Amino acid sequence: MTAPVREFMRHEYDHCLNKRFTAVANLSYCSKMIFRDDGFDGIIIFTSLLLQMGGYSVKKTMQLFASFVLLMLGLGKADAAYTLNLTQGVTKISNELYDLHMLILWICVAIGIAVFGTMFYSIYHHRKSKGHQAAQFHENTTVEIVWTIIPTLILIGMAIPATKAVIDLDDIEDTEMSIKVTGWQWKWEYEYLDTGIHFFSSLDEESNQARQIGSGIDPKSVPNYLLNVDKPLVIPTKTKIRFLFTAADVIHSWWVPALGWKKDTNPGFINEAWTYVEEAGTYRGQCAELCGRDHGFMPIVVIAKEPQEYARWVEEQKALATAAANAAEQEWSKTDLIEKGEALYVNNCASCHMADGAGIDGTFPALTGSAIVTGDMNGQVELMLNGKDMMPAFGTMFNPVEFAAVATYIRNGLGNNVGDSIQPSEIKDLQASLAD
Amino acid sequence: MNEDLKQKNTRLIKKLMFVVLGMFGFGYALVPIYDVFCDITGLNGKTAEEAVQEGVYQVDVSRELTLEFVTSLNKKAPLKFSSEVKKMKLHPGKYYTVNFYAENLTDKKMLARAIPSVTPGLAAEFLKKTECFCFSEQEFKPLERKVMPVRFVIDPKIPERFKTVTLAYTFFDNTETSVKN
Amino acid sequence: MSANVAAHDDHHDHGPEKGIVRWIVTTNHKDIGTLYLAFALVMFFVGGTMALIIRSELFEPGMQFVDPQFFNSMTTMHALVMVFGAVMPAFVGLANWQIPMMIGAPDMALPRMNNMSFWMLVAGVLLLASTLFMEGGAPAGGWTLYPPLVLQTGDALPFAIFSVHLLGISSIMGAINVIATIFNMRAPGMTLMKMPLFVWTWLITAFLLIAIMPVFAGAVTMLLTDRFFDTSFFDAAGGGDPVLYQHIFWFFGHPEVYVMILPTFGVASTIIPVFARKPLFGYASMVYATAAIAFLSFIVWAHHMFTVGMPVAGELYFMYATMLIAVPTGVKIFNWTATMWKGAMTFETPMLFSIAFVVLFTMGGFTGLMMAVAPVDFQYHDTYFIVAHFHYTLVPASIFILMAAGYFWLPKWTGNMYNERIGKLHFWLSAISVNILFFPQHFLGLAGMPRRIPDYAVQFADWNMISSIGAFIYGFSQLLFVYIVIDTIRGGTGEKVTDEVWEDAKKHSLEWTLPSPPPYHSFTTPPEKIPTEHF
Repeated sequence: MTAPVREFMRHEYDHCLNKRFTAVANLSYCSKMIFRDDGFDGIIIFTSLLLQMGGYSVKKTMQLFASFVLLMLGLGKADAAYTLNLTQGVTKISNELYDLHMLILWICVAIGIAVFGTMFYSIYHHRKSKGHQAAQFHENTTVEIVWTIIPTLILIGMAIPATKAVIDLDDIEDTEMSIKVTGWQWKWEYEYLDTGIHFFSSLDEESNQARQIGSGIDPKSVPNYLLNVDKPLVIPTKTKIRFLFTAADVIHSWWVPALGWKKDTNPGFINEAWTYVEEAGTYRGQCAELCGRDHGFMPIVVIAKEPQEYARWVEEQKALATAAANAAEQEWSKTDLIEKGEALYVNNCASCHMADGAGIDGTFPALTGSAIVTGDMNGQVELMLNGKDMMPAFGTMFNPVEFAAVATYIRNGLGNNVGDSIQPSEIKDLQASLAD
Repeated sequence: MNEDLKQKNTRLIKKLMFVVLGMFGFGYALVPIYDVFCDITGLNGKTAEEAVQEGVYQVDVSRELTLEFVTSLNKKAPLKFSSEVKKMKLHPGKYYTVNFYAENLTDKKMLARAIPSVTPGLAAEFLKKTECFCFSEQEFKPLERKVMPVRFVIDPKIPERFKTVTLAYTFFDNTETSVKN
Repeated sequence: MSANVAAHDDHHDHGPEKGIVRWIVTTNHKDIGTLYLAFALVMFFVGGTMALIIRSELFEPGMQFVDPQFFNSMTTMHALVMVFGAVMPAFVGLANWQIPMMIGAPDMALPRMNNMSFWMLVAGVLLLASTLFMEGGAPAGGWTLYPPLVLQTGDALPFAIFSVHLLGISSIMGAINVIATIFNMRAPGMTLMKMPLFVWTWLITAFLLIAIMPVFAGAVTMLLTDRFFDTSFFDAAGGGDPVLYQHIFWFFGHPEVYVMILPTFGVASTIIPVFARKPLFGYASMVYATAAIAFLSFIVWAHHMFTVGMPVAGELYFMYATMLIAVPTGVKIFNWTATMWKGAMTFETPMLFSIAFVVLFTMGGFTGLMMAVAPVDFQYHDTYFIVAHFHYTLVPASIFILMAAGYFWLPKWTGNMYNERIGKLHFWLSAISVNILFFPQHFLGLAGMPRRIPDYAVQFADWNMISSIGAFIYGFSQLLFVYIVIDTIRGGTGEKVTDEVWEDAKKHSLEWTLPSPPPYHSFTTPPEKIPTEHF
């Protein structure tokens, strides 16, 4: 191998390793090398990557088998809070569905015992090695009619409670309040139609950091790993609530097992479902319809509060909204903006543009050194306000303070050093000037 | 014998290819069939895409329904979009007008289309609109703010079980695709 | 004179071509069958490798190996490769080998179309695999290719769609060939109701393919024009509806899953009677049940979409229709049990795989019945419960039966006996590990783990780890099968098998009346006597 190739390899190798086996980047990068650039070097790099990945896998598997042995010995079981069965949930419907589930499960178990019992009796007794002579019958109309009719009757028996449950699920009238849920890649937007409260809810920062590839953070050390959000949906107990579902980009599905159902959110269309939660508590769920790269990272947290407490929460939210409006009038220091912006960037931007701003080749552009970021401030702000291609319009998602913070952070973090900053009030003016 | 087999095979292939082509066509035929199916079953709550003639209905003051208005934006639509009211009580058979507001947040011309959707889906056919911005594509001048009235009536034939109906609009920015056409 | 028959005649004169050319230009049903089976086996390992990447990432919580986008590509490609590259071609391979021999014909009816359909399959799968190396990665929107998500695919989209077209055309040509062979090439005396069930199930499968593949081709063509030619079939912005795609897809998709299971039923109905030394119980009801299942598969599609927002009437209809499928499926399971009842059973490897199929497929059927109940499906839908369900109906069902078929017919095809001890080892390793692999997934789904996620909450950790361990054991034990296939082709145990291989197999089906291995052209003169054991 020549010295330049070795140098080149080392560089590219580091590049791949920094991304820690982000296979899309590796594969597309290496394929580019193999098919477009210098084929031989590409193959060397590709092979060495595979060897690296293999070595890592072997090491990991050894560790995992060791932990499995511990598990078998009952030593690793300290945190085993697993469940085997469907959640019973906290609504009348979810309990009805649980009962229905158990009914069908037991019917299946009973049929299973009968069929497999017969089969294994036959396997044990009707063996050639035991000298059993084969009978030669090959049909019996009576038996065949019986085993067509009995299953049909069982099915009818199952269909009756199932029909009732379908009708109960559909009983959406006489609701007391409505919440609109919009699915985004990859967060949820909640809008309380009656009080005007409106916010976005995305994966909490702690989970988000831990779930980055090679983060070095043990998910077990994160409370409610991947099932926690920055801002949960709060609902009152003992209130019939109507949910309206739609999506802003692709299809998602809103699912909280404790409520007993999930519902798809279709872009351009509206769906509805309802719930009536008896008990106060925190109920967690996830997006259930594949919606792209971070489908696994848009959890749902519903906090059900007693009606009085809920009313207090509503007041708080209104006060917060006023405070946010006031904050937008204040002068912010550049360091404060950058600090606030970094946290927002991690939660809202890093899943596409990556935590280090490097983007993903061919899919999501890099922000580090990007011409738009290092260019005129207004150009960047306008792109952020309006969105482009897969990027949503953040004008509706951030308040002016958040907006200014993220814009400033991107220009002064992620390896960029433009040096300028923008004030929330300027963002407001810009939005207003665009709106007038 | 072989000649005979060849003919039989050819005839069979022809028939089967006919089925294949038919099924390919059937796939496309599912598009209009689906629309009809949606109309009948109320699937997806599609409302009529054209204005209905203003008919005369008997106003049923004994009944009161709640109509909710929901406004959404597709993520690529740089607009501000809201309705005059979020919720209203109304009597079947009576005509109402509700204003919707939309602002173009960009300094470029924009062509946007609002897609209506009603839930419960089966109520869609009883919501009759004589005027709606959703019947056609809306053209926004740079930074333009529009007031767009929707005039509608709930057909008194709407079954008793419907008490709350939601009318949702989602705005999509079609500037790119429309310009190309 | 027929071009097809002329091709036969060439071979009569020269026998197979020599070397590699034989495999490229072959029009012989056995050669093409071998090509299909070998290709399917390779793809089984390609798709299996993808599954192991998935299971490695899911071994423990946290992201260890791959980017989430690549993970999604893996779930998508694993499904597409397994369905279109492994299971379907494997059954086409079996059909090529077995149908002419079972109905007393010299070859398939349309040998050159046969060759073309195989190479189109190869082209389609290679094109699909090439998308892994394109800008933006392979399709990552799930094998169902739902819009709008699938329209976010990078450069790969048109290639993936074109590959689906190729695979579709290949399947349709294969299906036409099967139908033409069964309709026009049966030996005198081989009436439809005397055909072995494998032939019957393939006939019905072929009709399913002809009906559904064009619909799928249409659906993906609409995706293509939506993305590149400004149509809006599925785009709400232009008056379309993304849910419409789901309807069209599942109109194809539900019969498609039966395309993979009906021939499975056929092989099981062929193997079990031989080792029970009894005629198949209820031959006629087996045929009718297969036809009934095929018919029902066309009218239940929306049970894949209960949560999409359907009116009550729609939900009830699709729930009732789906539950109905349990009746003919039950009939089949009862018939297999009755076939074993009072037989004189022996448990060679093919029989072991077949019995495991009946038991484990029934478990997949039970979970299918549970999910048919629409209201509870609001909980099960899109969780690991469904993943467990369809893997139970595909892996220990279709794949097990394909293995069984391999053990059952390899001695006939090669003239050599396979190593029974390694075969049994393969069976027990597979049967145990497949349950370690998939059974815990029921728990995961019920406990609330959605499918298609690259990382999960810590309460799902234990069962995921166990499932992944099962996956590795299962995956690597399949290498035993490769060893056995190669070993058997090269002489196996050294024991030369008889014409009928298995005791009294001649009474059941025609292929056992031919020498082992059978001649290049199966029945150049029609068989004298049609076996009527099952009738």
